[in-house]
This record gives sequence, structure tokens and C-alpha cells, in this order.
Amino acid sequence: MSATGGTTRSRRVLMEGSHAIAEAAIQSGCRFYAGYPITPSTEILEYMSFRQPQVGGVCVNAESEIEAINMVWGAAGCGVRAMIASTGQGISLMQESLAELSNAEIPCVVVNMMRGQSDYYQATRGGGHGDYRHLVLAPHTVQEAVDLIALAFQLGDQWRTPVDVLGDFVLGHTSEAVEFPVLRESDLPPKPWAATGARGRRAHNVTPLGSPEKLHLEHGAHFNAMSEKCARMSTEKRCETGLLDDAEVAVVAFGSPARFVKYAIRQCRTRGLKVGWIRPITLWPFPDEVVAAAASRVRAIAVFEQNAGQMIDDVRLAVLGRAPVPAIGGISHDHSGFGVGPLLEPATIIRRITDVYEGKAAA
Amino acid sequence: MTTTPPLKKVSAKPDLLLSTEHSLCPGCGEPLALRTILELVDELDLRDRTICVCGIGCYTAFPGIIDVDVLQALHGRAPSVATGAKRVLADRFVFTLQGDGDMVNEGLQEIIHCAARGEKFTAVLLNNGVFGETGGHMTATSVLGQRTKTTMATGRVPELHGWPIKIADLLAQVDGTAYVARGAMHTPAAIKWTKQCLRDAFRAQLDGKGFSLVEILTMCPTDWYVEPTETPDWVERNFAPSYPLRVIKSL
Repeated sequence: MSATGGTTRSRRVLMEGSHAIAEAAIQSGCRFYAGYPITPSTEILEYMSFRQPQVGGVCVNAESEIEAINMVWGAAGCGVRAMIASTGQGISLMQESLAELSNAEIPCVVVNMMRGQSDYYQATRGGGHGDYRHLVLAPHTVQEAVDLIALAFQLGDQWRTPVDVLGDFVLGHTSEAVEFPVLRESDLPPKPWAATGARGRRAHNVTPLGSPEKLHLEHGAHFNAMSEKCARMSTEKRCETGLLDDAEVAVVAFGSPARFVKYAIRQCRTRGLKVGWIRPITLWPFPDEVVAAAASRVRAIAVFEQNAGQMIDDVRLAVLGRAPVPAIGGISHDHSGFGVGPLLEPATIIRRITDVYEGKAAA
Repeated sequence: MTTTPPLKKVSAKPDLLLSTEHSLCPGCGEPLALRTILELVDELDLRDRTICVCGIGCYTAFPGIIDVDVLQALHGRAPSVATGAKRVLADRFVFTLQGDGDMVNEGLQEIIHCAARGEKFTAVLLNNGVFGETGGHMTATSVLGQRTKTTMATGRVPELHGWPIKIADLLAQVDGTAYVARGAMHTPAAIKWTKQCLRDAFRAQLDGKGFSLVEILTMCPTDWYVEPTETPDWVERNFAPSYPLRVIKSL
């Protein structure tokens, strides 16, 4: 599926994933970026440091992650499209702000170039306090990353919420030919709520604390309203499925590892195994209906993720016992520790899928 | 026949103050500081392009009663939020409101980094040497000897609690600062002096000179354990030796 169907596109250019993500933000009208270097997200900061000034934007090489996210808070609170990128460790440091940005209804894009896929819980459960949810998008190719960055800015403005984009080391360091959606003026919605100086209008109070007009803030009413908004945002489910129609086993995978899984499944098909895939594009909201529908048709729903087992919770919640849910992924690192490990060998994935198919894997 | 001279308004609430009601304690110095700032924003005709970035403390009650745009920041983070705002809207007038707990405890590195980057906004520190909102606990600026809920038996003593951080003096040493001064709200003369300091700090921003800071000593009638009427004397006796009123770095 195309995230931004029907838009005009630029000519194709060869770009590394991190740079493509940064350029996609620029092309989406992002005019403020703040970041702190951390592998494997650093190339986004490097790119922004020369690219933002070229388009009249601002890039701040912030002194800490906490300062970076709060600079984004200030810029985005003034109505400017703003982005930050880090990896899970840096995102951990930002959690208070990420939680309260939701309550303040300040849209921004938060890119997490994960090490492996260790930050599924952090992104989908909310690493911070309170009842908030962020929309979480998980691209598996560089072109999809470009499209989802554009979508992230669009959804952020539409829902007035932070939107997370989860990439990883492989995505960030893979070069592919990509084309960028061309932004139209109408893609930049007015932000009448922003703090810009109160010329010709009543003053605004952009705050996570609740109603700006009352002396005694009605916290409960505000938090209830935010919780209800999260319920409405849960309609934004997106996923890709493949070869499911006659499948006896479905594999659920997201992000770069899903690309390896798709290859492995096609290889399995050439060997006569009736297997297909479900690839969540939104991790929150999780595409549970698609998983549930598949669960009533297949013998097993296997989960391949590059962590100790996080998304599998959401798969089990969707399956609700209709099928076994074996875990076929796991933690896998090379010496760098950045999550590029032997588990991503297609032969390994094919063997594990085959084991499930032949009833040899424990659910 | 005698004519009555026209009445002259000598004192009224600033137009930018939407209500004279606030939830702070009677005798608190923070509403005085707010009033002084708003008078100045009005006098300099800055209302239409002002963005106030507010920290977390007793003064967090203010955004609901002031007629200027506000970005409410988390505890300690106002300088970074103000950085983002001022960088994308460079022609706006941006000032922060932070207490000592907000600026000197939770957000110490933020204010130092902003000063070092020479961010062109004005930081206002409301310093009463105590966490008022939580009920009167020691902050990084509590003076030696000060009794708080967490230094009740001894007052603040260096052996147990260390020394107060004189943040304005510290920031004046940072190259990015254009103007640093310390005022107070405990006497009419001090208020007048402080207003002039704020005017110079605002001017530093409007002229693009760099980062400016005005520390304002404010009375806490609740957590200093003295009668509210005695708080001005308490400022003179206990705060002034550590925090003398002066321009520390002039334009």
C-alpha cells in the first residue's frame, strides 16, 4: 500500500536510509530538528545539520536528549513541524516529555533507530507515565520509511499527537533508490492552537495540564478527553499481508526483519509450504482484526521479532487462543551490539518457519 | 466656582492580567513579579508578539490569568522549550518563568547550556529558596541557616546540605550571556529597581544581544516560618548577604 497515495513524486535518487528519513522530513515541511548523537541514528543529525539551514530551518546539536526533545516541544508548540531522532537508550531519557507532549497535544515526529527490535514495548506501551498512546509506524524498506515519515507528519497534525517512527540499524544503513512525495501547500494544515504571539486574538496556553482558561485546572476532565482521543486514534490501523489466502501458517513480523521474513516465506513457498505473512505497519494501533481473522484459518501464527518477545503479546491478544502462537525470533547481535545478528540469515528463518509448519515448534 | 481636577490613575492592575484572583498565598512575592513583568510587556507594546514559557512551581497558576501566549513546560525544561520557540519564531519576544527548584535544581544544565549558546530569550528566575508548591523543602538556592521541611532541625548547614548555588553569578561567567541582574520584590524601591533590570534584560533580547537573566528574590510567607509581614525583613537579613541586589553583567 502507498502511505500517501496519489501524490506527485520527485525523481528517484539513491540514498542511505538515515539520510532518506531526514530528507523525507525536510520534504514534509519539517523546519526544526534537535538531536543528540547516538548510533544508529546519528546520520540523521548529521544530515539535518547541513540540510535544515539550506531550507531556512533550524537544526540544534543539543547537549542532551532531554534538552533536545524539549526544544522540539518549543518549536512544535509554535506550530512548526519538528522532528527528533535517537535510539531506544536516548528515547528512554525523553520519556517524561514524550508522555506529556501527548497531554499538551503537540504534534511532532519521533524517530527511533532501534538496536535490533528491542524497543517495541517502549514505543507501544509508552515508556513514560500516564495513559497516553503514540501512533507508531514501522517501515521495512527505505522507500516505505520515506512515505511513513510523510504520513507521520500528516497524522501528527491531524490528531495533534507525537508520532513515532521505528527504524533500525539495517534500515538506517541500507542504500536504496527512493522518490519523495512532493508537499502541497494544502498538506500543511493551519494550527490555530499554537503559541505565536496573540496578535488579534485571545491568548493561547499550550499546556499538558488541562484547560487553559480555568484558574483551577480540571485535570481529570482533560486526561479523560486525551484518553478518549487515543481510543479514536486506534482506528489508524495499517498492515500488509502476503500469501495468506491458502496459508496454513502465518508469520507476523515488522520492520527490517519483516523484509527477511518475506524473502524466507517466498523461499518456503517454492518448497511447497503454504505459508504467508502479516506485517503490521502501525504497531500502535496494532492491526488485531487482520491477525484475528488469520488465526481462525491457519494452524499457527508464528511471530518473528528481533527481541526476547514483545510484539508477541499483542499477537496473542489478537489471536485470543484461536491458534498456537510460537515465537521464532529472538535477541541477535554481532560484536557491535547494534542488532545485526545471525538470526537475520534467511536459512535460519526458513528453518524456523519450516519447524512450525511441520509441528515441531512449541507455542 | 471651583473645578475638580481630573482623576489620575496612579495604580491599577495591568491590562494583561485577566484576573486579580490567584491561588498563591497572600504575601507571596511571585504575583508582584508577574505584575511587574506584565506592566513592562504592556509598556514596551510587546503583547502581540510575546510567548511566555512557564515552568512548574506555585507560579504555574499564572498562565490561566495572563493575556499573553504561553507554552507550559515541564519541570526544569523551560529554557529548552524557549530555545525551540525563539529559534523558529526569531521575531517574537520570548521569556521564561522559573522558580529556583525548576531552574537551579531540576533544570540546572538546561539554563547553563542555553546561556552558553547565547539563546536570545530572557530568563526570569523567581527565587524564594524553597520548594513552595510541594510544601517547603530545601532547594539548591536555600541559604545557609534556612529552615525548610527537610532542614528543620538544623537549618541548612554545609556539612549536611552543602552550599547554595548562586546561579546568576555563575551564569554571568558564561560567554553567551548579554545581561544578568538580581532584583527583589520586598520593598517598593526594590520593585522599581527590578523593573529597570527587567527593562534592560528585555532590551538585550530585542536588540539581539544574547541571553539575559533576571533573578528576582520573592517572599514566601508560608515556608519561611516567619510572619508574612516580616518576610521583607527576612529578605534583607537572610537573602541579601548571599544574593545582593545588583547588575552582575551589564549591557
